[in-house]
Amino acid sequence: MKSLAQLGNELYSGKTSFPFIGRRRLWYAIAGAVMTASIVLIATVGLTPGIDFRGGSEVTVTSLANPAVGPANRVLAEEGLASGASVTTMGSSSVRVQTNELSNDELNTLSAALTDAYGVTEADVSATTIGPTWSADVTSKGVRGLVIFFVLVGALIWGYFRTWKMAVAALLALSHDILITVGVYAASGFEVTPATIIGVLTILGYSLYDTVVVFDKVRENTDGFETQTRSTYGELANLAVNQSLVRSINTSVVGVLPVASLLVVGAFILGAGTLRDIALTLFIGMIAGTVSSLFLATPILVDLRGREKAVKEQADRVAQARDQRLAQAGDDPEALAAIAATPVAAPVIPGHHLGFSAQPKRKRKRP
Amino acid sequence: MSTNKLKHPGRRLLTLLLVVVLGYVGLAIGAATGRTQMTPGLALDLEGGTQIILTPTTSDGSEITDEDLNQAIEIIRQRVDASGVSEAQISRQGGNNIVVSLPGTPSEETLDLVRNSAVLYFRPVIRILQASAATYAEAQNNYVASQATASPTAPATDAQSSTEAPEEAPAQESPEAQAVPTAPVTTEEMATSLADVNGDGTIGPDPLESTSDDHSSDAWISEQLIYDAYMTDCTSPESLTGEVQDPGAAVISCARDGSGAIYILGPADIAGTNVRSASSGLETTSQGNTINNWVVSLEFDDQGAQQFADVSERLIAYRDSAATATDATSVNSQKAQFAIVLDGLTIMASGFNPDVVTAITDGRVQISGRFTQAQANTLANQLSFGSLPLSFTVQSEQRISATLGTEQLRNGLIAGLIGFALIVVYLGWQYRGLGIVAVASLLVAAAGTYLVIALLSWSMGYRLSLAGVAGLIIAIGITMDSFIVYFERVRDEVRNGRTLVAAVDEGWRHARRTIIVSDSVNLLAAVVLYFLAVGGVQGFAFTLGVTTVVDLAVIILFTHPMLVWILRFRFFGEGHRLSGLDPEHLGARSRAAYRGGLLAGSAAATGSLARRRAAARRAQERADDTSPTDEDTESKESTDSHSGKEDEQA
Repeated sequence: MKSLAQLGNELYSGKTSFPFIGRRRLWYAIAGAVMTASIVLIATVGLTPGIDFRGGSEVTVTSLANPAVGPANRVLAEEGLASGASVTTMGSSSVRVQTNELSNDELNTLSAALTDAYGVTEADVSATTIGPTWSADVTSKGVRGLVIFFVLVGALIWGYFRTWKMAVAALLALSHDILITVGVYAASGFEVTPATIIGVLTILGYSLYDTVVVFDKVRENTDGFETQTRSTYGELANLAVNQSLVRSINTSVVGVLPVASLLVVGAFILGAGTLRDIALTLFIGMIAGTVSSLFLATPILVDLRGREKAVKEQADRVAQARDQRLAQAGDDPEALAAIAATPVAAPVIPGHHLGFSAQPKRKRKRP
Repeated sequence: MSTNKLKHPGRRLLTLLLVVVLGYVGLAIGAATGRTQMTPGLALDLEGGTQIILTPTTSDGSEITDEDLNQAIEIIRQRVDASGVSEAQISRQGGNNIVVSLPGTPSEETLDLVRNSAVLYFRPVIRILQASAATYAEAQNNYVASQATASPTAPATDAQSSTEAPEEAPAQESPEAQAVPTAPVTTEEMATSLADVNGDGTIGPDPLESTSDDHSSDAWISEQLIYDAYMTDCTSPESLTGEVQDPGAAVISCARDGSGAIYILGPADIAGTNVRSASSGLETTSQGNTINNWVVSLEFDDQGAQQFADVSERLIAYRDSAATATDATSVNSQKAQFAIVLDGLTIMASGFNPDVVTAITDGRVQISGRFTQAQANTLANQLSFGSLPLSFTVQSEQRISATLGTEQLRNGLIAGLIGFALIVVYLGWQYRGLGIVAVASLLVAAAGTYLVIALLSWSMGYRLSLAGVAGLIIAIGITMDSFIVYFERVRDEVRNGRTLVAAVDEGWRHARRTIIVSDSVNLLAAVVLYFLAVGGVQGFAFTLGVTTVVDLAVIILFTHPMLVWILRFRFFGEGHRLSGLDPEHLGARSRAAYRGGLLAGSAAATGSLARRRAAARRAQERADDTSPTDEDTESKESTDSHSGKEDEQA
């Protein structure tokens, strides 16, 4: 098996090339299908709002040697609060009881009853009541933050790359990531908590970070592309994506590893909670972010720039030059094979004086 | 090719090391002198505590302004501070919410203080007691002790005359005189004797005889109330925490300033919500001159003005009757006072100046006293807060037990360690020796982040929350990414045919751009989150921002110098198979990048047709002739300057 480093070398030189740009309609179709599925899931199944969003009361009993839901269910039945209530075990030592919103007195009674039922001290029982309007505030803040972030980061990318098309492409890819993450939440039925919101907001930064790194390579490769006739803008962009592929793989593995370990520890050891919720959103979002910066952001950018006159004309010139080269090679099988073997796009290697070998050759007379 | 080459990587490494060490020394000194701790403060979710989220609502549907909220926060802070809870955090959150976070398990009284909205009432004074029965009893017992044989009645009557109504005094003198003898007087006995208005020796619950049909009437109070008032110690902190009092009944109220004065107040005449505005300023005379005397100007709304007109008429009548009365200590002089009561505590009680002769009907009142500017400001604030038609509803009240947070923290840290170990293994596989640089950089970043957080916890009172811990763990991966960007750039440059030394230099120039711009995106995300988000999101955004900045500092001040520095070692500089810098790994186009100047290996990969033919021809020539070939001289030319340097260093 080829090592990643060797693959990286071949990708860099253009010897091996994945058609990120060439097959972009396929990637668009896949992304479109997944996004549609997400929207359908969100619309039909819907998200499961956590207690912070629907309002309610929560009592958590900790420091249990052997957490069981039985005593809590009995207490709920005795108190007449069983309808709309749920009891879950969390981690290896906690039980969480969620109910509809209770008055302070009711909540204190429930806490006391649970304290007795589990035989723990008062300090091990925590009680929470969350009003339903609290969520409206969180949501509106989140949405406002999202909009402002989009505007600011769009301006930043625009300012750095000097083209609004990169900003648009990056933000479109980002929207895809967020939609997918929310879709997975709808599919998994996990409760949406403030920690989920934190996770989604973090994806913003991470996904864009990734896209910016790829775009930086695109910018470098396509710098002054109109002055040469070897490769088109799209081919150079494709080379850039290929060249940053190994980095993207390494980065996402390294980024996802701690998140995955947080997710495993969070989901299987701790149960529902801040850590698990953040980890799950990030796990999905980071993978989606990496995939989208490779398969979506750059293709969208190429499509956007493809409408520019300069890019179109340069593409025509490249096609002409290629035809010319083919015509020049004539029926020389060796020359044709060499042309076929040459990558459509390869890095321009600086620092080498090619000597006379780079000079135009006089056509050798055939014997 | 490279213009700003790093000349002294070791020096830069030492500088960074010195900064970090100095930071830790500072922290250690702070910890040793008890000003801070080596560990950053933990937020409520990790330490345990109570968080109350209050949403203000207006009773009249008017807009809640920022000023209203800030005043509300100010009042709540005063209340919580007065109750002795340290490190309470009171802040605005979201649109209009106020979040009160109290570490540990606060008492129910403290919670009530926060939950209850501030209530301001204007109440008429019925009695003013200068001190509690305990004080009188102590004073008398001391007197008795010091003058064992002297007349025992003197101190009691002295004390009494200043507080008790004179018409009641004769009736009380006899039982008191008898009560004094040799045995020390208990507080209860003293209170009983002081409060026993009708002189029957017992404290009755019945209202006193009616003196008028307004809120200043004695009919509102009873012997029991007077007794309770005497039993109240208004100098103790517990009685100064404030409480909600029934506006429709007479109440006992302590002076807020802790002077020990006890007020017995009638039912509220005017509610705080009837105050339209209150402001402090210098007194202006009727001629329009400003004189150096701080006053608080108060304006009532229509209803308040109407009520105040009645009240002022009544109080002026009491004042005048007290002035004409032969006895200076007439109860009417007390009844001529009007008390401003905030949260059940009397901020101030005062009567009308002698120059006010008619009732005040326009609702404008100027309160003067010997105020300093600060006092006047405070009073104006208090009055305005009472004027806010705000009440609070508790949105959420969360008691977080510390054990839950601790378990989450411990498991979170375990998860972080596992994630870290996995990364180390992966980097070792992918980058071999360079993995050491990456892991060392990460350790430096971790040390730096910890230091920054501990110092911020010291200087700004930042507290690490569970969301913050999650942020730190996730930052491991994000920080690593910048190292990967750098290493990949170096590889790219070697693939381009540069020597290792030049590649590190050139790769850094490109990578630095990318890292700075992508870190800016991250930092922007953190800043937007911090300023626009709520609660836990803020803690997370904060750690994200800190780690991004630390990441930038580490890669510039540590990773890059380190990479330049290690090239001096044979292991890295010559591209050992395990160094992560070996030609096969990097796809070097020419062995000339390393020592030995071997033939280029993989030029064919990108070679053009012409070049290949030339190579083939040269190979043919080489076979014929052993003289140096073109390619050898070429590659030597292009790499001479760098390999030369490398030679010196190696």
